[in-house]
Amino acid sequence: MPDPAGRFVVGLVAAAVLCGTAGYGIGSVLGEPAPRRISLTAKKFEFDRPEIHVRKGERVTFVLTSLDFAHGFSIPDLAARVDLVPGKAVELTVLIDRAGRLVFLCDNFCGDDHDEMAGTIVVDED
Amino acid sequence: MDGQHYDRRDFLRLAGLGGLVFASGLAGCAGRQAAAQQDFTFVQLSDVHWGYANPKVNPEANATLPRAIAAVNALGQPPDFVVFTGDLTQTTDDPKVRRDRLKSFREHAAALKVKQVYFFAGEHDASLDRGDAYLEVIGGSLNYTFDHKGVHFIVLDNTSDPAPILGDRQLAWLKADLDRLPRDQPIVVLTHRPLFALYPQWDWATRDGGAAIELLMPFRNVTVFYGHIHHENHQATGHIQHHAAMAVMFPLAPVGAPQKTQVPWDPAHPYKGLGFRTVSTSTAAPPATREIPLA
Repeated sequence: MPDPAGRFVVGLVAAAVLCGTAGYGIGSVLGEPAPRRISLTAKKFEFDRPEIHVRKGERVTFVLTSLDFAHGFSIPDLAARVDLVPGKAVELTVLIDRAGRLVFLCDNFCGDDHDEMAGTIVVDED
Repeated sequence: MDGQHYDRRDFLRLAGLGGLVFASGLAGCAGRQAAAQQDFTFVQLSDVHWGYANPKVNPEANATLPRAIAAVNALGQPPDFVVFTGDLTQTTDDPKVRRDRLKSFREHAAALKVKQVYFFAGEHDASLDRGDAYLEVIGGSLNYTFDHKGVHFIVLDNTSDPAPILGDRQLAWLKADLDRLPRDQPIVVLTHRPLFALYPQWDWATRDGGAAIELLMPFRNVTVFYGHIHHENHQATGHIQHHAAMAVMFPLAPVGAPQKTQVPWDPAHPYKGLGFRTVSTSTAAPPATREIPLA
């Protein structure tokens, strides 16, 4: 089924790649700061950073690398997700538009402790 | 009928032969009869997780399925059939262990004293090998339909892909099946994960489940029975009712709990939170559910 939110995210990622994300992202083109880049490594059954702190209103590019499986990376509250590719960095850019605690999780079933493969994005008010 | 459908004689024969691969369609006698709907009951058993081992959550893991089967066999009104709504086994990375668990499960299920038993896979059975072991041991198809006393049953597979999806191909299959039905056809959908976004934060959703619900919306009498969340839950999308069943092996904390957790065993209340359901259908009303605790 078409996923408008997913296509939006893919579009953002594609735009970021076209513009070059190394300090000259789409934000720079628009006169806004480039997204903050946050790297995460995934492996059965954990992300290497179970808690991430960001600010409300911040744009973030998650740089995601899986070591062992085509895990998913999903932030349901932002309707954003991406499939990981083992051994290859995948990017997902999101706008953090709300404060609070947002769950991120692997949403591709990866084995016995799949349910444990989740973390929290702690969003602080500016 | 184009799915797996075992009668009791098949079960007993299979149990005796053990290990033999079951060929699909052996008991394909249900047909799509145009019979008028009659009252009947069926039993939903879900999330057996055969092979599960965590004594803090269920120290009687090997006894739970036999206990559930004994409870079904003791029902005052025998059901017309039993359906297991996925996660027959606990997942494993070892293909041989997966097959052994499925075979052991199947042998235990043969003790059900009912004429017909239907199965389909959960993600623990099928996601890691796209259903290969399930199809080899249990047989049939991952998605199928059958008819019973005027009700059209549709089994949807949202677990054999590691992603929680139905997929375009299955959605096209569903559309083709529905296109031939009158709008007043009573329909029961059986699936493992919720078709709607019950709580995606805990992976309780089917990404493209909304497309299936959209296809079902024109039908006036549609009810969905599913498992996966390991506790009773009842919600509606429009006029379509969605009923989640208790698990046989272990309960999960409900939405609203601080985190997704398996509920620890309560020695003061063994089997608390575990159970199954009977479903009564009637020509006059949507299916009525009755939850049967194992405690």
